[in-house]
Amino acid sequence: MATTHHPEEAPTLQARGTARAYAVPAARRHPWRQVLQTIGKHLLVGGVGLIFVFPVIWMFLASTRTDAEIFQWPPEIIPHHWTWSNYSDAFSFGNPGCTLLTCNFARYTRNTVIIAGFNVIGTLISCSLSAYAFARVNWRGRGFVFLIVLSTMLLPYPVTLIPVYIIFKNLNMIGTSGILFGYGPLIVPAFFGNAFFIFLLRQFFMTIPRELDEAALIDGAGHLGIFTRVILPLSRPALAVVALLTFLNNWTDLFGPMIYLNDTSLYTLSLGLQEFRGAHTFHWSLLMAASVLFILPIVILFVIAQRTFIQGITMTGLKG
Amino acid sequence: MQTIRPLGLTRSERHNILVGLAFCAPFLLGFLGFTLYPMAASFYYSFTHFDGLNPPRWIGLNNYNFLFTQDDEFKQALSNTAYMVVAGVPAQLLAAFVTALLLNVKIRGMAIYRSFYLLPAFLPIVPVAYLWQFMFNSENGIVNLALGAVGLPQPGWFIDPNWSKPGLVLLFMWTIGTTTIIYLAALQDVPEHLYEAAELDGAGALRRMWHVTVPMISPATLFNLITIMIATFQLFGIAFVVSNSGSYDVGEPQGSLNFYLLYLWKTAFSYLRFGYASAMAWILFLIIMFFTLILLYGSRRWVYYEGEAR
Repeated sequence: MATTHHPEEAPTLQARGTARAYAVPAARRHPWRQVLQTIGKHLLVGGVGLIFVFPVIWMFLASTRTDAEIFQWPPEIIPHHWTWSNYSDAFSFGNPGCTLLTCNFARYTRNTVIIAGFNVIGTLISCSLSAYAFARVNWRGRGFVFLIVLSTMLLPYPVTLIPVYIIFKNLNMIGTSGILFGYGPLIVPAFFGNAFFIFLLRQFFMTIPRELDEAALIDGAGHLGIFTRVILPLSRPALAVVALLTFLNNWTDLFGPMIYLNDTSLYTLSLGLQEFRGAHTFHWSLLMAASVLFILPIVILFVIAQRTFIQGITMTGLKG
Repeated sequence: MQTIRPLGLTRSERHNILVGLAFCAPFLLGFLGFTLYPMAASFYYSFTHFDGLNPPRWIGLNNYNFLFTQDDEFKQALSNTAYMVVAGVPAQLLAAFVTALLLNVKIRGMAIYRSFYLLPAFLPIVPVAYLWQFMFNSENGIVNLALGAVGLPQPGWFIDPNWSKPGLVLLFMWTIGTTTIIYLAALQDVPEHLYEAAELDGAGALRRMWHVTVPMISPATLFNLITIMIATFQLFGIAFVVSNSGSYDVGEPQGSLNFYLLYLWKTAFSYLRFGYASAMAWILFLIIMFFTLILLYGSRRWVYYEGEAR
């Protein structure tokens, strides 16, 4: 396998520290052959890449056309006129004449942000506290409790689904319309830890040198002081991963909102998007415009923080 | 003089236990309230008739008995799910492996290519499901228009029970990015000197792949295999949106997308048969445990851990 070495490509995933020799025997370096190989590689990798990105581009292109133009063949890749009104129509779908903030779509977005925001806060607090107990406090029973953390990762959620639903039903948190109470089932669990993130943060905390704790101890800090003044500030990258994945999970979640939310005023984007489906017809152009708005924050986050996304997966092994 | 040591612990040991418990109190309380109690409760419910309104009524093994002997929809959901595990899991694993190999090629501009491959995995499921229905629209979706233009047959995809599951497999191959990432990390950990040694021994590209790459990344293969399998047994969101032809008719066309969790969801939240659904949840749990253990046990034959004596 003849390989060309580009220094700027060096930290591809994470700095994994395997120094590699890219030396190619001099006899095999035919300039033409190498150029052809490079072109071939770009065609292969780029061609498959195009298959992966095409559906997203198609979603955007469809969102800028009329329903009639969408299905024509051969397709116009660049439309001769852009139907941007799909976006305003999608935004005000279901209540025409609404102002920017009173539109259904604005409400779905706001609701999703509220749920995701509280989940991020709750997960960060509960998981970092629990992870500290496993990484920094020497207590009897720690190994046993950590084993419990690991074993809950393996438990399929359907096993606990129904009793948890019944608990929230008995707490009158289902079918109520007050925002904070109505979102209880979707928010409260975040404040009680998540095994994957506890594990991730614990692994990260273990890499912070203990000398720093001792220095803080000499300054008179207790465990709470070490936690807030040493561990948390040094763990920003790991906390960012937890925050990002939690946000992502909540932005995309369908199952939770579907089960726990009845009142349309509490609907999230996942539920709201389904309102675009008529009895047997689809307003495809509007649906695609709304979908573009739905995925836009994720695409932007992905572009600016791709490394954090990738770290999140390699650190937790989470499968969407 | 004798110090008093309750439970045989010193003062500082007792103090540390209290501190440890205090810090992991969020997890411990959550474990008791949202895992341990619900597990016990759903196990109990699975032997009862329970509608969520009246107290559960003990009916012994009736739920399990009925599931295995008389419930045809359960059989349908099981076989649909089995299809996705048998056909979909290897397809996804292969897609992840191939995409990771492509992303491991050393060329300029890889950061851009990589974002193309990985983005679909992070997109929200509801718009993804609609996008797929849109593109695989039987009459005039872009996929069928393109197939028709080159003279290939145009399947009905999500309105044809024979093509709905293959359509879904294609979708999951498109959103494979997270599995690709795990493979890519493993590929980048394969020491270069192994390839050089193999090349010196005269091994061609295919032999290097089979004798160096495949064994060296076999731990990642095992991990990916298990996570994809578990996710496939619990397949729900995308299938729910794609197969929903309105109201509560999920699993269409003709029940071909009626997967295990879709049926469980229907049983619990639209028929309000919580006891029956709990029995289904426990059966699913046992199925997943069984196949995970089988894979782990069988993996000794084909997973290679570096540094392990063989």
